Amino acid sequence: MTVAANPIGQAVVWINDPLNWTNPGGLLDRLGEHLTISALAVALGCLVAWPLGLWLGHTGRGGGLVVLVSNATLAIPTLALLTILPVVFSSGFGRTPVVVALAVFAVPPLLANAYTGVRQADAEARDAARGMGLSGGQLLRRVELPLAVPYLAAGFRTAAVQVIATAALASFVNGGGLGEIIRTGFGLGIAGGGGQIVAGGVLVAGLALLAEVVLGGVERLVTPRPLRRGRQRTGQPRPADATGRA
Amino acid sequence: MSFRLSYRADPGNPWFSWQYVRDNSDTILAAVREHASLTGRAVLIAVLIALPLSVLAYWVRPLAGPILAVSGVVYTIPSLALFAFIAPYLGTGTTTVLVGLVLYALLLIVRNVVAGLNQVPPEVGEAAEGMGYGRWGRLFRIDLPLAVPGILTGLRLATVSTVALVTVGVLVGHGGLGQLIFAGFQNNLYKAEIMTGSVLCVALAVVLDLLLVLVARLVTPWTTRRVR
Repeated sequence: MTVAANPIGQAVVWINDPLNWTNPGGLLDRLGEHLTISALAVALGCLVAWPLGLWLGHTGRGGGLVVLVSNATLAIPTLALLTILPVVFSSGFGRTPVVVALAVFAVPPLLANAYTGVRQADAEARDAARGMGLSGGQLLRRVELPLAVPYLAAGFRTAAVQVIATAALASFVNGGGLGEIIRTGFGLGIAGGGGQIVAGGVLVAGLALLAEVVLGGVERLVTPRPLRRGRQRTGQPRPADATGRA
Repeated sequence: MSFRLSYRADPGNPWFSWQYVRDNSDTILAAVREHASLTGRAVLIAVLIALPLSVLAYWVRPLAGPILAVSGVVYTIPSLALFAFIAPYLGTGTTTVLVGLVLYALLLIVRNVVAGLNQVPPEVGEAAEGMGYGRWGRLFRIDLPLAVPGILTGLRLATVSTVALVTVGVLVGHGGLGQLIFAGFQNNLYKAEIMTGSVLCVALAVVLDLLLVLVARLVTPWTTRRVR
C-alpha cells in the first residue's frame, strides 16, 4: 500500500505554485468550468422543478410524485447517470449531457421545497384571498408564491450545494471541473500526486462549503424576520435532506 | 441505403446483452459482492458509532447542536474531496472507501435517531421515572424502543444513499458496480457493461430498502395499523 509522505506539506507547495493556477487546464480554468457547469445545471433544474412544484402545490395534487422523485434519484448513482446520458445524447462529449445529468440531481430538493412552500401557506390567508375575489392564478402569484419564497430559497441552497458537489464527479467522464485536479493527482499515483490530490480536495470542499454559507445568508435575507425562528429545526430532517450525497 | 439505418441503434453495441452477462458473470458477481459488502460494513459501522452519539446528544442537550453541526459540515463536503483527503493517508484500498462511506452514513443515522428520541412524549418519560426506571433502564426499555421508527428511517436513507455512493470508490479502484460502469465508459462506451452495472446498482438499493421495510414491519407492527 502506497501512502504519501507528507500530503499536507505537498499540498501547500502545489497550491502555492502560480503555474498550477494559470496553466491551460490549471486551477482557474477548472474553477471556471466547474462554476459554468453548476450554474447551467441549477438554472435548468429551477426551470423544470419550480413551475411544476408550484403548480402541484397550488392544486394540492401530486404529493406522492414529489416523494417518488426524491426517492428514485436517491437510489441512482451519479456516476451511472453521468455515463449513460452522453451515450443517450450521442452528440459526443459536449457539456450538455453533463449539465442535464447534474440538473437531474438538482430537481428533488427544488421540487420538494416548492411543493411544501405552497402547501404550507396559511389556509386562512388562502380563504381570505379567495373571498377578495382572486382567481386561481392570482392567488398563486400574489399570496402563495410570496409565502413560499423562504422555502424556494432553502431548496435553491440545497440544490446548488448538491450540484457543486456532484459536478466534481464530472471529471470521471472527462467533463471538466475541479474534480479533474483530483483525478490527475490520482493518475500521478499517491506518492507523487498526494499533494495535488489533497489540494484539489480542499478546493472542491471549500467551494461547496462557501456556496452553503453564502446561499444560507441569501436564504436568511429573503426570509421575513418573523419566520426565521420558526424554521430552526432540532434534528428534524426537512424534505430537502432526503437527497443523496455525491 | 445507409442513411435509413443510421437512426437505428448500433447493432454492435446494444443496451443489454446476455452474451456480455454470460461471458463476464465472474466479474459481475465479484462487483456485486464487493458493492454489497462495502455497503453492509459501512452501514453497520455507522450504526455502531451513531447510536452512542445520538444517545449522548439526547442526554446532554448542549452537545446536540455541535454534534449535528459537525456531521452537517462533513455531509456538505463532496465525496470526491473526502476520498481525496483520506486516500493519501490510508492508501488506495477498501479502507479509504469504507471510511468515507461511514462518515456520510453517520449524519443520516444520527439525525434521524435524535429526531426519533426527541419524539418520545415527555409524559412517557415521566411515567417511566415514576415507575422507578433508572437512566439506562429507561433508555433500553422505553426511549430506544419508541425511537425504533426513527432509527429505521435513518437506516433506510443511509443504506440507499450508501449503495449509490459506493460507485465513487472507482477513484481508488474499489467502486463495486461502479467499476463496471467506469470500465464500460473507458471501453469505448460499451453500453451493455454500463447498463448492467447501473441497473444492478439501483436493483441492489431497491432490494436492500425493501428488506429494511420488511424488518420495520416486523419490529414495529403498530405503525402499519396506524397509517391512514
